[in-house]
Amino acid sequence: MQYINALVSDHQLPVIFLGLLGISMLVYAILDGYDLGIGMLMLNKSEADRDRMIASIGPFWDANETWLVLGVGILLVAFPMAHGLVLGTLYTPVALMLAGLILRGVSFDFRAKARVGHKKFWDTLFIAGSMLASTTQGYMLGKYIVGFESGLVAELFCVISAACVASAYLLMGACWLILKTIGHMQVMAIKNARSALALTALGLVLVSIVNPLASPTIYNKWFKWPEALYLLPLPLLCAILIVCLFITLRQLPKHQDRHCGRPFAMAVGIFVLAFSGLAYSFYPYIVPDTLTIWQAASAPESLRVVLLGCVVVLPAIFIYTALSYWIFRGKSTELTYY
Amino acid sequence: MAYICFEDTFRESMMDAFALARIQFAANISFHILFPTITIALCWFLLFFKIRFHLTGNDSWLDAYRFWVKVFALTFALGVVSGITMSFQFGTNWPGFMETVGNIAGPLLAYEVLTAFFLEATFLGIMLFGSNRVPPLMHTLATALVAAGTTLSAFWIIALNSWMHTPQGFEMIDGQAHVTDWSMVIFNPSMPYRLTHMLIASGLTAAFLIAGLSAYRLLRNDRSTGLNRALKSSVAIAALLIPIQIFVGDLHGLNTLEHQPAKIAAMEGIWDTEKGAPLLLFAIPDEENRENHYEVGIPALASLILTHQLDGEIAGINSFAENRPPVAPLFFGFRIMVGIGLLMLIISFTAVWQLYRRAELNKWTLRALVAMTFSGWIATLAGWYVTEIGRQPWLVQGVLTTRDAVSGVPATTVAGSLAMYLSLYALLLVAYVTTLFYMARRAGSNSTAPPVTTNPHNLPVPAQG
Repeated sequence: MQYINALVSDHQLPVIFLGLLGISMLVYAILDGYDLGIGMLMLNKSEADRDRMIASIGPFWDANETWLVLGVGILLVAFPMAHGLVLGTLYTPVALMLAGLILRGVSFDFRAKARVGHKKFWDTLFIAGSMLASTTQGYMLGKYIVGFESGLVAELFCVISAACVASAYLLMGACWLILKTIGHMQVMAIKNARSALALTALGLVLVSIVNPLASPTIYNKWFKWPEALYLLPLPLLCAILIVCLFITLRQLPKHQDRHCGRPFAMAVGIFVLAFSGLAYSFYPYIVPDTLTIWQAASAPESLRVVLLGCVVVLPAIFIYTALSYWIFRGKSTELTYY
Repeated sequence: MAYICFEDTFRESMMDAFALARIQFAANISFHILFPTITIALCWFLLFFKIRFHLTGNDSWLDAYRFWVKVFALTFALGVVSGITMSFQFGTNWPGFMETVGNIAGPLLAYEVLTAFFLEATFLGIMLFGSNRVPPLMHTLATALVAAGTTLSAFWIIALNSWMHTPQGFEMIDGQAHVTDWSMVIFNPSMPYRLTHMLIASGLTAAFLIAGLSAYRLLRNDRSTGLNRALKSSVAIAALLIPIQIFVGDLHGLNTLEHQPAKIAAMEGIWDTEKGAPLLLFAIPDEENRENHYEVGIPALASLILTHQLDGEIAGINSFAENRPPVAPLFFGFRIMVGIGLLMLIISFTAVWQLYRRAELNKWTLRALVAMTFSGWIATLAGWYVTEIGRQPWLVQGVLTTRDAVSGVPATTVAGSLAMYLSLYALLLVAYVTTLFYMARRAGSNSTAPPVTTNPHNLPVPAQG
C-alpha cells in the first residue's frame, strides 16, 4: 500500500484507471468480438457446421464476457459520475444489449441439452442474441462519439456505427474460424472474412470523417499542427494492415495450413489501432466534451485499494487466460463434456 | 401493442418510476440469485465426486460427476448472464447508490470481478471441455478453482450487502462515504452471520436439487451407477446442514435484533412493545389499523427465542415511527423460509434413517424428495426478501434511502425494460426447469444401453485434429 502511495500521485490515479478501463474494453471487444461474430456467422449454416463453430468458442466465451463486467466495473468504481451519466443516457440500448447477451449465453448451453427438436429454436436465439448485442454495442459507441446528441444526423451516424461494429465483429469471428477450423469451414470463413473486412474498412472511413465533424475538440486534435503529426501514424498503419489483410485473405488457404493465424493477428492489430485513435481523440474526457476523468473520478483512497488489487491480480488473470488458450490451442475438436 | 398496454396499466395504477425501478431490481436479483445459490455448492459436490473417484477408482462417482457437471454448466451460464445485468443496473437505475457509497461498493465489487469472476470463468472452460487435454489432476484442480471462485464471489458480494445493513468503518464527507478502515467495512457486524447463512443455504439448495432429480430418476427405474452415490451424498449433506442452518439462522436473528430491531419486530408481527411476546404461527398483519387478525401464537416463545428470557422485552413496530419496513412481506416471508426449513429437516432425517435401516428409500420418501427439488430456491428467496425489504426505507441503513438513489429515467422507459426482462426471465425459468427434468429422463434412457467403457484412471485421450 505504501508503495502505491509513494509511486502514484492523486492526479495520476484517474489516468491509470482510464488506461485500465481502456485495456479491458479493448480486450473485451477483441475477445467477445470474435465469439459474437461467430454467433452472427452461424445464420445460414448447417447444423453440423454450427456445432463446429460453437465448439471453437466453447471453452472461451464465458471468460471473454467477463472483460465487459470488468470494464463496466472499472467505470463504476473509478468514475461513478460518468457511470450514472453514460448508462442512464444509454438506458434502452443497454437493456437491449443485456437481453442479447442473456439470450446468447443461455442458448449456448440450452442448444446442447434441450430436446433435439428445440435445438433450432435455441440456435435462432443464439444468432439473434449475438446480432442484438453487437449492433447495440455499435450503436452505443456511435452515441458516445457524437457526445450523446440526438437528432436525425446523429441517429443515422449511430446506425452506421452499429453496422460498422457488427462487421468488425464478423471479421474477428471469421478470422478466428480460419485459425481454429480446417476444410470447407475454413474456406467459407475466408470468404466471409473478405466481405466483412470490406465493410469494416468502409465503416472506419465513415467514422473517421464524422468524428471530427461532430466534435470541435476532436477536429482540433486531428487537423491542428503539430497534434496532427502524433495521430498520423495510426491511420497510416491501419490502412497498411487492412491492405495486408486483404492480400493474406486472397492467398489463403495455403499448403499445410500455413499462416492460418495471420488474419486473426492482423484483425487484432486493426482493432488496437482503431481503438487507440478513439482513445487519443477523447482523452482526457470520459464523457465527451462534458466530464474529464479528474472530474468524474472517485476518492483517491478507494482508487488506491482497487489499484493494488489490479496490480496483483491482473497479471494472474493474463497468465491463466493464456494458459486456457494454450490448453485449447490448435484446431478445435468436438465439444464433449467430461 | 403489449408495450402500450403495459404503459396504460401503470399510468392508471399510478406506479411511479421509483416503484418500477424497485420491481425491476427485485426481479433481476431474484432471478439471478437462483443460479449462484445452486452453483456455489454444486461445484463443491462435483469436487467431492471427483475426489472420491480418484480415491476409489470406482466409475460410479464419475457417472455422478458427468451428469451433474452438465447441470452445473447450464446453471452457471444462467448465473453469468443474469449477473452481467446486475452490474449494469447500478448505473442505469440507481446512480445515487454509487454517487454516495461508491467509494465502498466500488472496490468490493471490483475485487469480486478481479479475484472471483475471471478465475471461475477461465477454469470453467478447462473443467467443462478440457478433460482430454489436461492431466486428470489438473482437471480436478480446475474444478477446485471454480469452486473456490464461486465461493469467493459470494464472500465479496455478501460483504457489500452486509455493509449496507450494518455500515461501519467510514465517514461522510460532503455527502459521500469515505473509508476509514477497510477491515471494519468488510468484516462488519452482520457479515459473518449472513455469509454463513447464505453458504449453508446454497448447500441445502444444491443438496435438495441433487436429491430431488436423483429421486426422480430412481422413480423412473433409472439404474445408473452414479444415482445412489449422488442421492446418498446429497441426503446426508442435507441432514447434516439443516440443523446447523437452524442454529446459524437463530444467531443471525439475534444479530439483526441488535442492529435492525425494526426488521425483527416486523418479522415477528409485534406492533406494540411487549414483554413475554408470543411466537405467532399465523396472523394477517393489517398495516392500516396497526394490528394483526386471526392470530395463532405460542405465548412468550418469541421473547424466549430472541432474548432467552420468558418475559424479555421486544420493541414493537410502532416504536420505530416512519423509518420502518412494511410488515406483511417480512412476516410471511420469514414463515415461508422457516416452514421450508422444517420440511427439509423432517424429510432429510427421514431419508437418512431409511437409508441407514434399509439402504434404500421407499416410494413416498422419493416422491417427497422430488417435490422438494426446488425447495431451496423458495426458502432462499423468502429469506432474502425478509432481509432486503426489512432494510427499507433504507438502501444503506441510516446512510442513504432507496428513494434518494433512484435515477431520473422516466417510468415508461423503465416499464418497457421491466416488461422485457420479465418475459425473458419467465421463458428462461421454464426452459431451465423443464430442461433439467428432460436431462434427467434422457440420462435414464442412456443407462439401459450397455455400459460405456470408461477410462478407469481417466488417462488423457489424445485430442483429435
